[in-house]
Formats: sequence, C-alpha cells, structure tokens
Amino acid sequence: METKQKYERALRVSAQPGRNPGVPLDLDWVRAVRVNRSAVERRAATIPTRRTVKKEWQAAWLLRAVTCIDLTTLQSDDTPTNVLRLCAKAKQPVRRDLLEALGATELGIVVAAVCVYHRYVPTAVAALAGSGLPVAAVSTGFPAGLNPFPQRLEEIRASVEAGAQEIDVVITRAHALAGDWEALYREVKAFREACGDAHLKVILGTGDLATLTNVARASRAAMMAGADFIKTSTGKEAVNATLPVGVVMTRQIREYLDETGHAVGFKPAGGIRSAKGALEWLILMKEELGDEWLRAARFRLGASALLTDIERQLEHFVTGRYSAAHRHPMV
Amino acid sequence: MAYGPAPESDKQARDWLAKHGAEFELFAGGSWVKPASGEWFDVINPATTQRIARVPQAGKADVDAAVAAARAAFPGWSGLPGHARARYLYALAREVQRHARLLAVLESMDNGKSIRETRDLDIPLVARHFYHHAGWAQLQESEFAGAQPVGVVGQIIPWNFPLLMVAWKVAPALAAGNTVVLKPAEFTPLTALAFAEIVAEAGLPPGVLNVITGDGRTGALLVDHPDVDKIAFTGSTEVGRVIRKATAGSGKKLSLELGGKSPFIVFDDADLDSVVEGVVDAIWFNQGQVCCAGSRLLVHEGVAERLVAKLRARMEKLRVGPPLDKAIDMGAIVAPVQLERIRGLVTKGVEEGATMWQPSWACPTEGYFYPPTLFTDVSPAATIAQVEIFGPVLVAMSFRTPKEAVELANNTPYGLAASVWTENINLALDVAPKIKAGVVWINCTNVFDAASGFGGYRESGFGREGGREGMWEYLKPKRDAGSGMRDAKRRAKVAREEKRIPHPASPIPPIDRTYKMFIGGTQARPDAPYPRAIVAPDGRRLAEVGEGNRKDIRNAVEAARAAEGWAHATGHTRGQILYYIAENLATRTDEFAARIDAMTGCGPERARAEVDAAVSRLFTYASWADKYDGQVHPTTIRGVTLAMNEPIGVLGIAAPEELPLLGFVSLVAPAIAVGNTVVAIPSEAHPLAATELYSVLETSDVPAGVINIVTGSKDELSKVLADHLDVDAMWYFGNQAAAAEVERASAGNMKRTWAAWHTRDWLDPRQGEGREFLREATQVKNIWIPYGE
Repeated sequence: METKQKYERALRVSAQPGRNPGVPLDLDWVRAVRVNRSAVERRAATIPTRRTVKKEWQAAWLLRAVTCIDLTTLQSDDTPTNVLRLCAKAKQPVRRDLLEALGATELGIVVAAVCVYHRYVPTAVAALAGSGLPVAAVSTGFPAGLNPFPQRLEEIRASVEAGAQEIDVVITRAHALAGDWEALYREVKAFREACGDAHLKVILGTGDLATLTNVARASRAAMMAGADFIKTSTGKEAVNATLPVGVVMTRQIREYLDETGHAVGFKPAGGIRSAKGALEWLILMKEELGDEWLRAARFRLGASALLTDIERQLEHFVTGRYSAAHRHPMV
Repeated sequence: MAYGPAPESDKQARDWLAKHGAEFELFAGGSWVKPASGEWFDVINPATTQRIARVPQAGKADVDAAVAAARAAFPGWSGLPGHARARYLYALAREVQRHARLLAVLESMDNGKSIRETRDLDIPLVARHFYHHAGWAQLQESEFAGAQPVGVVGQIIPWNFPLLMVAWKVAPALAAGNTVVLKPAEFTPLTALAFAEIVAEAGLPPGVLNVITGDGRTGALLVDHPDVDKIAFTGSTEVGRVIRKATAGSGKKLSLELGGKSPFIVFDDADLDSVVEGVVDAIWFNQGQVCCAGSRLLVHEGVAERLVAKLRARMEKLRVGPPLDKAIDMGAIVAPVQLERIRGLVTKGVEEGATMWQPSWACPTEGYFYPPTLFTDVSPAATIAQVEIFGPVLVAMSFRTPKEAVELANNTPYGLAASVWTENINLALDVAPKIKAGVVWINCTNVFDAASGFGGYRESGFGREGGREGMWEYLKPKRDAGSGMRDAKRRAKVAREEKRIPHPASPIPPIDRTYKMFIGGTQARPDAPYPRAIVAPDGRRLAEVGEGNRKDIRNAVEAARAAEGWAHATGHTRGQILYYIAENLATRTDEFAARIDAMTGCGPERARAEVDAAVSRLFTYASWADKYDGQVHPTTIRGVTLAMNEPIGVLGIAAPEELPLLGFVSLVAPAIAVGNTVVAIPSEAHPLAATELYSVLETSDVPAGVINIVTGSKDELSKVLADHLDVDAMWYFGNQAAAAEVERASAGNMKRTWAAWHTRDWLDPRQGEGREFLREATQVKNIWIPYGE
C-alpha cells in the first residue's frame, strides 16, 4: 500500500473512533510478521527505565489508569454478594476524600467496565443501572475455550441478551499452535457476528502460545477477523500479561492501523497488581501507540487488586504518609 | 497526558563537590597532592553551562611524580599473590556498588549524559568489570603462567564514558599486576577523582593507582615519559596516530581503541520494529558520542522506505532534556566544541545534497543540546558517510544484496563494530565474519560485558579490553631474556671457533643460478635489474639476489591481497600444506644446511640443527592450524558471544638476520597457519635460505600469493611495507632504529606492528614458537548472538 494512502486512512479513522469492522484474511500478511524475542525483551525492559512520572503527574496518570480498569472477578466462588460489592467499587473506585484532596471530584472518575462470568451479568447490569458503566462478560468457554463451537456462540448471544455490552472471548489456542490462522480467523469472525453491537475483546491466552511470533500472528488474524480489542490473557494461564507480550501486541495494532486504517484497542490482563505496573502499561501505550490509547475507548487494564494499590499511592500523594490496604477495601 | 519533570536529586553530588571545596588536587602515591604546575582549569556541566569544579593541569613535575609513585609501587604490587590482588579488585567492585548513585549523578553532571544511562549502564558495568577482573587476578598464576605484568602503565581515557573507561583500563591493568598513572579527559575528570578517593578507602597500596588531570599536554607528557612501559589510549584516531608515532621505537607496549563509523545493517527479513529500537540504542545512546555507535544505517532497498517512516515516528517520541531527569532519552553534548563539530558536519551533509530530517519538537536552549538527526539520500562517499561525527546523527543508505551490504559496511578506514539484523541465522553468520570489525552484534547493538573483548580492526586501533584477550594487553612473556641472549651469544662464539672445513675445489664451475622475487606463486623478475651480491663470511661470493624496490613490494602486496581466500581455507587444508612444506624441506635438508653454513659460517652441525628445527617448527604450526580455537564467552546475554580468532589480513614480515631459515620460518609459518597472506623480507645478509625455499613452496601446493618473498635492503623494504595502506600488520625483527621507523610509519593506516630488536633464541621452542606468535597473527572478533524464540 502506498505510504501516503495509509497515512490518509489512519487520519480519517482516528477522527472517528469506533469499531473495527475487520478485513478479509490476508494469510501472507499474517505469516510475514517477524519478532525477535531478545530485542523485544530489551525494549520491554527499558519501558520502565526510560520513562517515569512523579508527583502530581503520577497522581493524574493513576487516576487515568483507574478509568481504564475492567474491574474483574472471575472466581469459581463468586456469588452475587461479592459481585455487588465489586459493582459498588466500580462506581466509586477512589475514596471521596482523596478525590476532593486531588480536586478531582468533578472528573467523574469511574472504572471502564465490570467484568464477570455470564452467570452474574444480570446481577452486574442491575447494580450498575443508571451509572453508564458497561458490563463485560467473559465467554466462549472461558478460560480454556474448548466447549463445542455452537455452545460458545450461544454463550455470547446469551450474555448480550442479558445486557453485556462487551464480550471477552478466548480463542482456541490449538489453532495458533498449529499455525492454522484461517481457522482462528473464522472462529473470531463468528464470535464477532454473534456479538452484534457488543464490543468484542479477543483473549489470545499469550501464556499458552509458546512464542512471541505466535502472539504476533494471532494478533493479526484476530484483528482481521474484527476484534475491537486484543487482550493478553485470561488470568488463568501460568504466565499472564508481560511487557514483552504487550510490546508485540501493540506493535501489531500499529501495523494493522497502518495497513487498514482501523484502530484496535489493547487490554493486558492478569497479574497487574501494582500502581507502578499499571503506569508501565500506560507508558507502553503512549510510547508504542500514542495518547489515543490512553483512554478506555482503546485501552483497558484487566484487574481487581490493582485498584487498592492505586488508591494507596493516591493517599500517599495526598497525605505524604504511606497507606495500608485495609483503608481501601475492595470487598 | 504529559510526563512532567522527574528529577534525580543532585544533593549528594553537590555535597561531595563542596566537601572538596569544588577544587581538586592530583592523586598520586596514595594521597591528594598539590600540583607543582600551580595551574587549574574549570569543569563545566554541559547541561547548565555552569562551572562545577576546578581541577589541576598536571605539568611535567607532576607527571614525573605520579610515574615515580607508580614505579615505586610496582615491585610490591606485582609481587603480591594473585589472590591478594583479587581481594583488592573485589573490594573496588563493592565500593563502586556502594557509591553507585553518587557516581551516577556525578557522571551525569560532568558529562551531560542521562542519569538513566549512568545509573543503568555505566556504573553497573564498572562494577561488573572489577568483579570480572578480580577473577583474572585470582587465576592469573594458573591461566597466564609464563606471562608477567608489563610494569608502569600510562592510561589516557576519553570523555564519553568517563568512569566506565576508568574501569576498562584500570581493572585489567591492576589485575595483571601493573601499576597505573591514569589521565581522565579534561572535560570529564570528576568520577575518576571520586574513584581515586574510593580506591584509597578500599586500602589499595599507595602508588598502585595514580590519577592526574590535565589536557592533551599532560597526556603527551605521560606518553613520552621514559619510565612508562605501556600506553593504553582510548580516543580519536587522530590522537591515536600521534601516540603511535610518539612511542615508536621506545619499546612501550601500546593498545589503542580509536574511532569508528560502524555499520548497522538491516536485511529485509528483520523485525523492523525491533530494528527501530536498535537504532535508538545505536546512535541515540549517549547522544551518539559512542566510538562504536551504529552511525551508518544500511538497509535493504525493499524495506528502506518503511524503516525510515518508522524511524521518523520513533524520533518524534524521543525526549531530549536535562540529563538528571529520569524520563529523558538524550542529555547534553559534552562541550561547545563538540556541539560545533556536529553542527558543522550536519551543515556539510546538507550542502552535499543529503536529505536531513529532525523531529518537530525543540531542544532546550540552555545547555549544549542537539536533536536526533537522520540523513537519507546519502552517497557512500559523502563526508557524513565517511567521517566520524560523534553526535546523534544517523546516515542511511540502501543496498541490494548481502554482498553489497558487506562492501558498503567495509568501505571505511575504520573497523570497530557492526550490527546485523536478520531473522535468518544463515545470513547472519555468513555476514558477521565478512565484516571488518572487532565486535559484531547480531540483532542487538551496543551490548558490552567484561567477559567479552572490545576493540577494533584497521584504523579503529588494536588491542582488546575485556575477557581473556584483554588481559594479554597488560602482560608480557616471562621470558628469561638474559639467558636467551647468553645462549645465542655462546652459540655464535662456538660457531666462530669451530674449525672451518675448506670447501673442496671442484674442477667444473657450478651452474649459475638467478634468484628472483617470489610473487604471486611464481618467480618474478625484480622491477629493477640490479643484483645484490651475497657473500660468505670469508668474503667468497655465493650468489646474487634481486634488489627489491617499492614496486616489487607493491606487486607482492597486490598478490597477497588477491590471495585472501586463504583465510577461508579450512584449518585442515592449511595444516596439510604446512606439513607438505615441511616434508619437502626435510628431503632437502643437506642442501639447505650447506647453504646456511656457506652463508653464515655456522658450521655444518649447527646448520643442520637449524634446518631440523625449521622442519619441526613447520610441524608445530601445521598442528596449530586446526587447533587455535576461539572461545565462547559467558557474557550477560541469553545467547552466545563467540570470540573468533581471525587472521589480520595481509601481513608484512621482516625476518631476523640470525638463523636465516629458522627465523624466516618461525614468522611466516604461524602467520599463514591462521590464514594471513604474507609479504616476507628475508635476512638481508643471508637471504639464500629463503630464496631456496621458492622451489619448496612451488612443490608444496601453497596457493599463489599466500607467501610472497622480496629480497633486498631489509630496512628500506620494511619501511615501504609499514607505509603501505593495504598492509594490515607488520612484523619487524632487526635493529631498534628501523623498528622505530616501522612503528612510526605504521601510523598511516594504524596497522598493528610487532617490532623487536632484542635477541631471541629461535632454537628454543619456548621462545621461538607457540601462542605468542599465534596471538600476534590474529585479531579477536567478538560476535554477539542473542537467541530465544
């Protein structure tokens, strides 16, 4: 594609953020990707050392991080009780006295979404009614994604029916491991159709994909099939969101934007527990993709305990005293 | 969402400066000493243009005192067991780590480089270097048996990595048992002075390390000092050349780490996004003030446009600003003079027609800052493509084929480092050995570790820093030179006293023989038909050989260059040919012995012993040909760092006068065993042993041009070889005056020299053969290959 055309397309699209309609599968493009693991790891290692934010800038960045959180509970012992508490926290993620001290009460700080299993979609939808906060449902046989295909599509439709506005699906990792990008593309495309108007986040399960090259190729196939977000992990794999994986996926988002003009969002999930870690992800987004990826429309942090640590850091900034977790309860 | 300021505190560093009244003295003999010169100069923080300290300009008396202190400390320090020196070096490593933040901040203030780099790269590498060399001190007696420290070492270091260069110089020198007089660069003396203080705290014996500050005049005093045994210099090729000339004939050991214009080669199957970060690490690291900076971007034409677009996007995101800000990529240029140089060369680049691009943002106006700069549409002959800019300026060119990439990479007088980016291991490992550079980074760049040698080919200097290869720069053979000389003298005396057997008169005259030159595998008529008479000790005329001249040398060098393929022959093949030479020589033992006896009058037994020793020596190097392995260094990457012993290229050799056959063979055989091609000048007085070798070589399958022999005036021809810009190294064995001339002339292309005028007992295998010769015949290339999918 001509570089000029690409830029024009990129400009046109960034002016109208919306969904990724997907494009026909281009297998050559999927396979052409080259990822040098050592070089990627070197880049990832310097993301936290080349940039940092301090004092009021850090407080501002942390508040922004809060607005990008998909506040999540995906435990086998979830009950309506803890889901309801989570929803309450989603609406008021930062203690009011802290927001006042920060002069941020008017900013309407809430998290980006609440993410639950299908069973608790109605609970969360009811709890969040009127807040404008969307409910996201993990779906398609989360976390392994090995349920029968029709059931996985049915699960998506059921969650949408129940009021979920965002669907986090898992891919069949076997497709990626076998290099069957056509199968992966068809699968995600079907998920996308089943979503209807709900936004589609595609979890690659990067900890299962063995190589960064597979991560890059799976990212490309998923975006071509119409993923609105690509997401690292379920939180259930042995290795979850890591910066090297983030570097690879964000670079693929950039490539896809250059090639097609469609902007895709990114969601790291799993293992993000510290405020410092959240800032590193934000820095990665700013450096590799740009400021437009520092908003919930294009960036989510899949997390729960993270919020506690962010609040603690905010309290420290406000009071100058180190805080304790029990002062910022999640549950 | 902006980053906002993230300043590192400079309080501790300011306190430290204040403690010294922001004015320093010289560090010699274990304490601070007032400079006899009575002169001081200002040290400026380039990011603020403010004076932060004053340091002395050491004069002659100061240099003398520092050298005397080092000399006085040498017997004690070199006499310590390795384990004791290891403890000291270990302590230095720990001290550096304990003072890490002070040193990092001070370095940033003094040099203008970012605190991120000093904190994450410079200072950790300094500590690592001392730890690594504590190990060499511990192992020296076992691993370098037969070697001894050189003595008092003068070290002159640059301003781009001030403390790291202290470590690279001081650690191996002290580990090996030398004592040191160190002169930091005048722009950046502070961390070296802080280090001196640390050294004193660590209890290093007085005089082992002395630090004197000053500009080039102080450096020159150190270089010229008669009681300095070795000079180690890192800096510009220009100054390196001056030092090479100044030390010529002095017997001072010399290692030079000089400039570069290193290629950064990108093939079309590379991970281009990672390449972009590689470029950032290559040329926008330390404001591009890096001798091994990947400053020439060579890109396959198929991906050039894409890569340049990506680079420009990345450059927009780089941040230039106060070096003590923790979130900037580039700090200040070290000094106004350097800033002017960069500006001047960039202007020149634009004038010469290249396209310049800089990011849209502006640099701070206070302080000496320069933005990252990219030139495209650059022709390889353009000034900015040839000259070392030493600033954040990248020049990009495209290539069509791997062969063309290698040619473009090598079309420079330098040879320090190279970076090669491809996901194809076959391509990477094919290209790496073809690049004339001491360090080749595959899919990475500017990676350093104490376990790996660093240093250049060609005009980037010689010698290595780091690793086992670096230790040799601070050692010399523990040869009992006295006894060697005594043996040689005794033998000469015996030879003279042996009763001469008169040659029986023959009724018919011998067939007249004409000795030509041996060039390109054939016996070539000398350029000028003037014969040189070779006479026996009794005055009898033995033969006439050709009087070689400049043109014969020129032709021989061309033949040797054309035979470079020899370097790619397998070790097995080279070994087989050396065995074959030995075999063919052995069958003519009587004839060679008679010739030697006739020329030298050494007596038939000694002559025969010499031929036997020559045959044995050929066997030695035939054996070595497939055994002089490189190493795999355990560095800090996930991957391998291959230290490959590579031939130097075209080697000029002037053989010793004594033992005309053995001396000649002892030098030529190791040179060709490892893949060099040679132009050899035999003993001037007794060249017939070498000229008789022509027919031996012709019958031994030696490829044309691998060995070329030019007879004539040894010293004159040696000068021509030393001057020749296409000769890569020169060995001279003869008198001191001519050796000095060879060393001086070698500065033309900074070729490596091995010039010796002390007697060596060639018949003694401990002196006449072995690793010492193989090391001189090779240069170590370190190839870094990270792996992992």
